[in-house]
Amino acid sequence: MSEIPGDLKFLKSHEWARVEDDGLVRVGISDHAQGQLGDLVYVELPEIGASVQAGHGVAVVESVKAASDIYSPVSGEIVAVNEELNDKPETINEDAFGNGWIFLVRASDRGELDELLDADAYAELVENEDH
Amino acid sequence: MTDKTVLNDTHRALGARMVDFGGWDMPINYGSQIEEHHVVRRDAGMFDVSHMTVVDLHGARTREFLRHLLANSVDKLKVQGKALYSCMLNEQGGVIDDLIVYFLGEEFFRLVVNAATREKDLAWITQQAKAFDVEVKERPDYAMIAVQGPNARAKVIGLLAEVDHERMKKLGKFAAAAAQGPHGMPLFVARTGYTGEDGFEIIVPQEHAVALWQALAAAGVAPAGLGARDTLRLEAGMNLYGQDMDDTVSPWEANLGWTIALDEGRDFIGRNALEAQKAAGVKRVMVGLVLDDKGVLRHGQPVLTANGAGEILSGSFAPTLNKAVAFARIPVGEPGDVRVDIRGREVPVRIVKYPFVRDGQPCEGI
Repeated sequence: MSEIPGDLKFLKSHEWARVEDDGLVRVGISDHAQGQLGDLVYVELPEIGASVQAGHGVAVVESVKAASDIYSPVSGEIVAVNEELNDKPETINEDAFGNGWIFLVRASDRGELDELLDADAYAELVENEDH
Repeated sequence: MTDKTVLNDTHRALGARMVDFGGWDMPINYGSQIEEHHVVRRDAGMFDVSHMTVVDLHGARTREFLRHLLANSVDKLKVQGKALYSCMLNEQGGVIDDLIVYFLGEEFFRLVVNAATREKDLAWITQQAKAFDVEVKERPDYAMIAVQGPNARAKVIGLLAEVDHERMKKLGKFAAAAAQGPHGMPLFVARTGYTGEDGFEIIVPQEHAVALWQALAAAGVAPAGLGARDTLRLEAGMNLYGQDMDDTVSPWEANLGWTIALDEGRDFIGRNALEAQKAAGVKRVMVGLVLDDKGVLRHGQPVLTANGAGEILSGSFAPTLNKAVAFARIPVGEPGDVRVDIRGREVPVRIVKYPFVRDGQPCEGI
């Protein structure tokens, strides 16, 4: 298990959110989640320009084993998606917190970020799940 | 209460991701399911399949009993050690389980049945055996390791006693023989498998299983989890009980017609129902599907055809093909343009003849 970066916030459903310098919110799934899913083989990305609501399904990642909905941690508009995942979905397995990001949101209500778990709380959640 | 095989600690020490598999705590992968899949297609991998149930049948009327119990004909087994794949049916022609039967002597046959169906199988076999005075004996004292891949046989044979080498090199497909393993351990080695590759399935006394596993690992056989086993068998066009057929499905509807022997005068359980279904015309057929677009075919997805809807049975991403394939059961007749409903999106698929992969290579037309 790789170290959980301290600047990330999490949904209980294992999505991470990172506020970038430009204020946009980058979203991916945790290293723990990719490990649980196993080898990823397909990512269904959202449309750029689509509006999303916090806690609603936005993307789908499929491993050999199963398909999983990816929920958006914040409401807003999709401004970019990680096109690299179309050809290399395994990037999420290799670097879940970095190059394996999935989409970028222009948040309409930054207050929603306060509802998310911080890195320590998320680490604890994962810890409890494992036992 | 979850059952554990004798190799459980070995899997955990290797860092396996363990899952509940029909009541058994089994390794789904040891890191990457896809890499484990490829190593079996290209070299040699090994699977702990000790959760499967070994049942020994003894008695003077054992062959006669199996003529009655199984839809395939044990009379095809003429040479000691030969194996046969068969369905075991109920009176309605539904599949209770699929299994392999080994002919080990006129009064001794061995069955290997599925893990998830263990209890109902044992109850059914025991009940049917009474009339034939056949002793039904489960063998929980055995573990089983499947070694599969183009280099699997050579790697196993290298571990056997010198005296066994020539004989085991000549062991034919779907045949089994006793041999001596590392440290003289007694092995039952069968040239069978569930991956579409050549290889052996080895039945070993539990107390020797860890030593055998370690000797295989030292010989360069890579551990592979049940996740890879599932994608390998799907590519190889092999049915999975519970997903591709069950008690409500007849072999005709599960593309297992080739395993039904309607030999003259043999009164096997389910025969009347099978003959009636054949005469009336089978309503559903099992087909292979390939998805050329991106996405993954999965169990339970609706399949839309010109004659109505069917559904996906086994479906997965196929690592050898780098696209998704599936088995589906659909209404009989010319299907027209076939689509699969993936989360509300209708995606075109192709109906193909399977296996999808044989001996490491994609089959023609896949």
